Amino acid sequence: MTTVPTTTSHGPTGAAAADLRSRPGTPVRLEGLTRRYGPVVALDGLDLEIAGGELLALLGPSGCGKTTALRAIAGFDRPDSGRVLLDDRDITGVPASKRDMGMVFQAYSLFPNLTVAENVAFGLRVRRRARSERAGRAAELLELVGLADRGKRYPHQLSGGQQQRVALARALAVAPQVLLLDEPLSALDAQVRVQLREEIRRIQLELGITTVFVTHDQAEALSVADRVGVMRAGRLEQVASPDELYERPATAFVAEFVGTMNRVPAILTGGAVELLGTRRPVTGATPAGGPVVALVRPESLVVAADPAGRGRVVTRTFSGASTRVLVALPDGVEVRIDVASADSQLLTPGAPVGVTPADRPVLVAPAEPA
Amino acid sequence: MTALAEGVAGAGSVEPPAPVRPVRRRGGWRVAVLVVLGLYFAIPLAASTWFTVRDRGAGGFTAEHYAGIPGAEGFAAAFGRSLALGALTVGLALLLMVPTIVLVELRLPRLRTTVELLTLMPLVVPPIALVVGVRSVLAWAPEHFYGTPVAEAMFALQEPALPWILVLVYVVLALPFVYRALDAGVRGADLRTLTEAARNLGASWPRVLVSVVLPVLRTSVLNASFLAFALVLGEYTVAAILGFETFPTWIVRISGSQPQLSVAVSVLSLVVTWGLLLLISALDRRRRIEETS
Repeated sequence: MTTVPTTTSHGPTGAAAADLRSRPGTPVRLEGLTRRYGPVVALDGLDLEIAGGELLALLGPSGCGKTTALRAIAGFDRPDSGRVLLDDRDITGVPASKRDMGMVFQAYSLFPNLTVAENVAFGLRVRRRARSERAGRAAELLELVGLADRGKRYPHQLSGGQQQRVALARALAVAPQVLLLDEPLSALDAQVRVQLREEIRRIQLELGITTVFVTHDQAEALSVADRVGVMRAGRLEQVASPDELYERPATAFVAEFVGTMNRVPAILTGGAVELLGTRRPVTGATPAGGPVVALVRPESLVVAADPAGRGRVVTRTFSGASTRVLVALPDGVEVRIDVASADSQLLTPGAPVGVTPADRPVLVAPAEPA
Repeated sequence: MTALAEGVAGAGSVEPPAPVRPVRRRGGWRVAVLVVLGLYFAIPLAASTWFTVRDRGAGGFTAEHYAGIPGAEGFAAAFGRSLALGALTVGLALLLMVPTIVLVELRLPRLRTTVELLTLMPLVVPPIALVVGVRSVLAWAPEHFYGTPVAEAMFALQEPALPWILVLVYVVLALPFVYRALDAGVRGADLRTLTEAARNLGASWPRVLVSVVLPVLRTSVLNASFLAFALVLGEYTVAAILGFETFPTWIVRISGSQPQLSVAVSVLSLVVTWGLLLLISALDRRRRIEETS
């Protein structure tokens, strides 16, 4: 995975940045974007740099401003202040119809009165391209999204997944400089979602087009993006490659939003924490000493059957190669732990177990007020 | 008219309430309600029809009153005028309301209630009040503005061959129906996403209206047009009080000398209107079936 430097405050500079930049594709930069809806601050001075040809996912809970940011790039939403730059050109005041960006929406957006091929060719018709060129381009793009034989159908004759593929083909038909995806998969069922996100990534890499992918689904963001920007309350918490985001979350919010995270009470003293009877070094921002909450991934805890153990297995959930065990610790704390399924035979509900943290630095957050 | 209007307006929505299907149940009162309702409409219609086809001289039946309609004195002029007024009313009402509704839906959703209330006003204000007001202005303005273009315009509005003043009043009277029909279509379609998709693909606003909004609202525009047209073809009060001869006032005028002919015309216009209504809902249903298949 590669990492690309962003604004000074977000993400480390990686040596691999250069190869992303060298891809064809137009860079996009957001500078201090602010947008208020009455008392609600949707964007709070957002700075973000998207390299040419990069797929950047904006991830966050609903209301965090990720869709507002995308709509500001598309030109559907005018920021109160700040600038949107496309290839270092200020396009903040350019109307949406002149921005040369392709967008795929969350809701089905195909024109119901046009056939699939006419939908794909719509942008070219607006641009007054010749009929033969339109037909050729539509066929080419339908081929790209695997719907070559559906050109004469109407949108209502397609499944949801097919409609979103056509929407993608339509957005790409005008050869836009930037592709904007606004939760394009959230209306689809799980299997189609996974399949289509892989296809979006394949096409994006094939075309080398700069892409912003807004989603609230962390699995989606982590699996397709070059980098993921985690947003909260109109600001970016962290922009980083998926593995860095997972392994080294910059804040407790990111840590808990990305992946599964256990919260285990611990005591912080002298740069290390007392956690489940062991002492582990601390990583990331450190609160003042005293009671804290340690944030531990399910795979960073070790569980073993132990008649003298103080934990009790509550449930065991098999999911192929790994099994997730829910263990109740004393003081009413429950933790989720992933173990290899082959090693989980003895971990039946009710079994006494011992839980220890893996030997690696631990991220801590201030203890919650009781 | 109102019940009919609501029924047609509902037909424009993409997701209408579940159609009422006859259920085989032993609820005798359902049948009773249907029978009473049916008789309520059928008896006057049947009586009218009977009145027009009965040959009072020779006994038996005759189609003479129907055959005499086209050649009847004043029919062609009055009917033609009403058709023209209807077409103009439809055109003006759509020109006014389609952009308004799209604007409210996309840009000013908070104004929706206000616009809805405004368009309901013509149902609350009786036509008689409206027309008395209009007549007062028409009487006062030419004198007050004598010799100015305003007075000329006032006279032009009252040209008996094609009284534009009626078009203006009819547009107001048609607002509730036109608004409702269009609103049903707008609510059923995700107009915001569709227009944004078109904008994103480079379409200008006029292009969005013509290529995206109108086709999506096709059925509701058709419904709205039909309702406005039917209203104009049947409107009597305003035309009579302002002293213009339209199709309805003509029917009333000849009813004294040729009662059977006038009723024959009424029955025929009812049948034609009904036929149009059925055609629209059939078109709409076919489209919906195509969409769900």
